[in-house]
Amino acid sequence: MADVYNRSRRNFFTQCLASAVAWGTGAALGAPAQPAPGPKSRVVVARDPDLRGGSAAIDANRLEALLDRAMIALFGGAHAEESSKQSVLAAWRRIAGRDDKVGLKVNTLGGRGISTHVDLVAVVCDRLQQAGVPAANILVWDRDTEEMERGGFRIAIGGNRVQCYGTDRVGYEDDLSVWRSVGSRLSKNLARSSAVLINLPVLKDHDGAGVTIALKNMYGAIHNPNKYHPNGCDPYVADLNMLPEIRSRLKLVICDATTAMYEGGPAFKPEHSWNANSVIVSEDPVALDWTGWQMIERKRAEMGLKTLEAEKRAPHYIATAADSDHRLGHDQAGQIAVMEA
Amino acid sequence: MQQRSSATEITMGTPFNRRSFLKCALASGTALGAGELAAAAAPIASGAAAQNDAQFTVEARFYEKLESRKIRCKLCPRECIVGDKERGYCGVRENRDGTYYTLVHSRVCAAHVDPVEKKPLFHYLPGTTALSVATAGCNVNCKFCQNWEISQSRPEEIPAEYIPPHRAAEIARQYQCPTIAYTYSEPVVFAEYLMDTADAGHAAGVRSIVVSNGYMQHDSLMQAYGKMDAVKIDLKAYSDSFYAKVVTGQLKPVLESLVTLRKMNKWTEIVYLVIPTLNDDDAGFRGLSAWIKANLGPDVPLHFTQFHPEYLLKNLPITPVATLERAKAIADAAGLHYVYIGNVPGHPAQNTYCPQCRKMLVERVGFTASQLLIRKDSTCPQCRHTIPGIWHV
Repeated sequence: MADVYNRSRRNFFTQCLASAVAWGTGAALGAPAQPAPGPKSRVVVARDPDLRGGSAAIDANRLEALLDRAMIALFGGAHAEESSKQSVLAAWRRIAGRDDKVGLKVNTLGGRGISTHVDLVAVVCDRLQQAGVPAANILVWDRDTEEMERGGFRIAIGGNRVQCYGTDRVGYEDDLSVWRSVGSRLSKNLARSSAVLINLPVLKDHDGAGVTIALKNMYGAIHNPNKYHPNGCDPYVADLNMLPEIRSRLKLVICDATTAMYEGGPAFKPEHSWNANSVIVSEDPVALDWTGWQMIERKRAEMGLKTLEAEKRAPHYIATAADSDHRLGHDQAGQIAVMEA
Repeated sequence: MQQRSSATEITMGTPFNRRSFLKCALASGTALGAGELAAAAAPIASGAAAQNDAQFTVEARFYEKLESRKIRCKLCPRECIVGDKERGYCGVRENRDGTYYTLVHSRVCAAHVDPVEKKPLFHYLPGTTALSVATAGCNVNCKFCQNWEISQSRPEEIPAEYIPPHRAAEIARQYQCPTIAYTYSEPVVFAEYLMDTADAGHAAGVRSIVVSNGYMQHDSLMQAYGKMDAVKIDLKAYSDSFYAKVVTGQLKPVLESLVTLRKMNKWTEIVYLVIPTLNDDDAGFRGLSAWIKANLGPDVPLHFTQFHPEYLLKNLPITPVATLERAKAIADAAGLHYVYIGNVPGHPAQNTYCPQCRKMLVERVGFTASQLLIRKDSTCPQCRHTIPGIWHV
């Protein structure tokens, strides 16, 4: 396992099955139960001011280290300081193992400017394989293949490698999944290839919803997201995340906040983006969204903008997701342990 | 009642490229479903995904530009404010760098040759057929939608055929349809295609009718439905709360549309789908009937149709015929002259009777007008009472 930290991941879409088999047993050690609010949710914000060095491009090695730090902080508990490769893999084995089909739901609506970064996804794919997940059991997906390509992803279909394509290639389930205000056909990428779901959103402002982070990223998993934008997407975002196919499968959120947007979203507006140089991870999508929202508000204040509440577009769906009808996670500061890494 | 687009087989011949068109006439969602693709070893481009989006993409006609590359749609009362790279509620209009586009111009996902009675229009050219077309999309989300597979989907998810307006007119003539009907999903959302096709049809001697929810802005209604020869409006209920909860829309703009159509002198018929426990109370029937009589007059045909469990309302039963008869009795008592019961084959209230002498003037069996006795001058042959409608080609 000596190459955990050295191996190039540039070819992550062609990682062979053999290398994955070499890593441990692949058995998931104590896979977490479906997200439900415990007494306190942990959200790790891992930052690296030097993530980009002196250039505009992200340093892939530093990004890899950043995610490892975040995962150890989230799952390592008292041993978080032990940033060993064993700790990293132990963390990942809590998410998935040899027999799991793992779906990575990325967000590529914003094109190259603000999509889930390919290098971040590459690290996730590497770590999953090192934790025992066969490469071909990993699917990187969003709603549309062309959008994914515009976001920098190389499409990969078939073979013993990580798979990468949009829902447009496989379609949606014929039957509706229904929970209160939401009745939708689910992406087959979710329903059939994501027994373990890792949500990889970006951190950005949204002109209607206030912010779009983890919870709203699941709009990319249904056939009719356009129906759920009224009233700031409330309660639709929360109701959508209550669908059993989402709630029971979501094991981890890794928010790419290397580049973030505080205004003008969801389309990429370079004039309203900033290099947050961060990765945010949590098992609680509500707590993560709340934390991300506060980051956006702080940036808005720094830039002299009104709060989202003052603009009448605060993301109330986050509170709805936390209420007693949904209980998808926590949205109160006192119930969220935000840990810097 | 909204007609199912899958209820009648297409019987078109080879000039229509029948093989490919059968694929797109899918309203049930099964003709070329993603299910076939799922069985494949590796994902491939689906029929829907393989469509050339560019040929269906035309700048929308009813919107205004806002700051920061946003737009405000002016097609329906929803007035979606749509940011760059986003779509409106209907799912078929997209903001691209501050310009709003319809993605469904000439993008026909369902087409059938239907009896006009199936729309239903009972006072418009009975016994004739209509080339009936639809695109994906809808500006509301009725929980009882019969065609939700197309109305509640985005266009790229539905296999479709490129049928430009002049081609639609040609097909209608080819199949001896005096009319093109815009129907199945919600024609409001493909207003540009409807308008252009109506123009092409009229130039070729083919009329146009629309089956719509009437949830439109005044100007778009005037411009788009001004080109129609007849209109059928689905009035979902006479209740604001029903529209809010079950339709995801508003009642008031629909009533305003009906009044506008009346002022435009458009032949209009109203369908009211009666759903057990949701819109089947006597007070609602009385309010509806009184409003129609006061605002549209007693001669507007009103169809009470039978609900069948669909989409998000599968937990409710089929409407009892007795409920429909009760609704009709209330409307009759309110003074409406032409009140029909629909979706109940063989019911005598499917026929048209002279309101003055009670002679049966149009006998209908299923969707077929088996007997038409109304004279060329639109009068009853027995008492010469004028029967409103467009009766003869």
